[in-house]
Amino acid sequence: MKQNLSTKLLRQPYIVWSVLFILAPLAMVCYYAFTDKSGAFSLNSISQIPSYLSVFGKSILYGAVATVICFFLSYPFAYALSKAKLSAQKTMVMLVMLPMWMNFLIRTYSWMTILGRSGLLNKFLSLFGVESIKFLGTPGAVILGMVYNFLPYMILPIYSVLSKLDNSLIEAAKDLGCNRLQVFKRVVFPLSLPGILSGVTMVFVPCVSTFYITQKLGNGQIMLIGDIIEMQFQQANNYNLGAALSLVLMVLILICIGVMNRFGSSEENGGALYI
Amino acid sequence: MEKIIDLRNITVKYGDNTVLEDLNLYINSKEFITLLGPSGCGKTTTLRVIAGFVEPDSGEVVFEGKVINDVPPHKRRVNTIFQRYALFSHMNVYDNIAFGPEIQKKSRKEIDQTVSEMLELVNLKGFEKRSIDSLSGGQQQRVAIARALANKPHVLLLDEPLGALDLKLRKDMQKELKAIQKRMGITFIYVTHDQEEALSMSDTVVVMDKGKIQQIGTPEDIYNEPVNAFVADFIGESNIVDAVMLDDYKVTFGGSVFKCLDFGFEKNEVVDAVVRPEDIKIVEIGKPASLTGKITSVTFKGVHFEILVDVKGFIWMIQTTEYHEVGKSIGMYIEPDAIHIMKRSEYSGEFGDYSYFSDEMDHISDATYNWEEEENEAKSFD
Repeated sequence: MKQNLSTKLLRQPYIVWSVLFILAPLAMVCYYAFTDKSGAFSLNSISQIPSYLSVFGKSILYGAVATVICFFLSYPFAYALSKAKLSAQKTMVMLVMLPMWMNFLIRTYSWMTILGRSGLLNKFLSLFGVESIKFLGTPGAVILGMVYNFLPYMILPIYSVLSKLDNSLIEAAKDLGCNRLQVFKRVVFPLSLPGILSGVTMVFVPCVSTFYITQKLGNGQIMLIGDIIEMQFQQANNYNLGAALSLVLMVLILICIGVMNRFGSSEENGGALYI
Repeated sequence: MEKIIDLRNITVKYGDNTVLEDLNLYINSKEFITLLGPSGCGKTTTLRVIAGFVEPDSGEVVFEGKVINDVPPHKRRVNTIFQRYALFSHMNVYDNIAFGPEIQKKSRKEIDQTVSEMLELVNLKGFEKRSIDSLSGGQQQRVAIARALANKPHVLLLDEPLGALDLKLRKDMQKELKAIQKRMGITFIYVTHDQEEALSMSDTVVVMDKGKIQQIGTPEDIYNEPVNAFVADFIGESNIVDAVMLDDYKVTFGGSVFKCLDFGFEKNEVVDAVVRPEDIKIVEIGKPASLTGKITSVTFKGVHFEILVDVKGFIWMIQTTEYHEVGKSIGMYIEPDAIHIMKRSEYSGEFGDYSYFSDEMDHISDATYNWEEEENEAKSFD
């Protein structure tokens, strides 16, 4: 197709942007991953990866747990929201997005003051004579931080798909003999899969690679891959290993998303979610 | 014939807005019945009451002898073809059609057989694996028909099913739907605002307006013997004029006296007279049983010319194959059997003459006229 000049011109800034901020950094990551300190080609950093496999596994596990929790919290909420009155929907969407207007670091930091040894929660519990409980530094606290921070990214895409669902599809399903549960299983849920997939992606990816949440709420006692990578750059000053780890993480995440999408699209084509 | 559906004193309200008012209608088995009316007349709501999506505020829905007010939609032996088909885009053609039988837990063999029968019925053999998005509008329409019929309904409800198709395809589908109805031998309840569609397909036409039934009858009855000005105006073109019944078989309007076939009115009763535009003959001025008027506009319509004539300030429409010039004065002869006399009704005078064709143009400059009211029905489905 022929494109006129204005289309081409409009595209330019985006191309420049992609090259500068997406392709160039990627190239740099690759460069560092396959070189040593002197800049010569080396597989040294890549060969160290196997010793970090358990951390990779742990990160993916944490990310998966947080994502699953997010999903089970979000779906019923998004579903109820999509059925609510229009004015109520607007207000609730606002409330869901409100925390996102505040800085991520501050939000996480504030959980520290809630969960700390002499934090709000423990103070509250002490009213009932409960002894101070250690929250910070536990896997629970880290997962809580992940769920809390990324929940809106799961709610919004699911809500957006559900609210656009044509009501006549639901009526058609009822008309063809579905009870409420069957309507949900066979029509509503499969049709909301695209929203679920983008929600899962948007929650899972940042969860797997986070380091701030583990640092603050994990108290430095829980090391995920994000922390290791951050350490290579900030403390160990080993850009090459850091880059190699980042690269592998990226590939792993791509594989995870690929598997999920395949699962999702096969649902869409095959269609049959049998009851 | 046997009654399959009986609607008794059905009233449906959305807040203050009464959508159906004390509606009574029975539908015979194996009948092709059409609910016809302008948007907001309550025809779709009537369909939804039968399907079970709308619960009437009062009245009874009787289906095959049983009151089914409390029966949820999925347990009713009726199926619906929705306005925009409402096909499941996450399934292919086969799964869409197999949807109903699968819910009913039919055996795989039975399902396969039903699907292939249905595909054959709608001429879509070999389309099993196709995705819905890859089909044209007409094909999607056929899948929707197949999907609804695969459930072996006793009654099929069709909610303006052809609205999204282009004119030629619509005509083909009209024929095909009629043929399918004959072949399956089930009751079709068809909703449309297209009077031509209603006349050409139905055994019985139900003309509705403002939540009430205006007239029930065969297409011929509805066209030839409209009961009031609304029906006369809505079905085809008509000149509806204030008239006075001088005696049995004798009526006067537009300053002339005409013979007619109607009787049983009181002497000098004020009535509405309907004359179809194709029934007016252009003759020399001064003949008996004729009006005199001046041509104000001539439009070529293909089959005929549409001529607007000013008779003492009332604009008449004539359809004729002869060309006449604008500005010419003519005589308009009307035969006795071309005149249909109706009792005065709430609609008398509302439709006026042919100064404007549409209701909208009649009100277009009226800032106080409330269009919302007309559209309320469409919005308050949930």
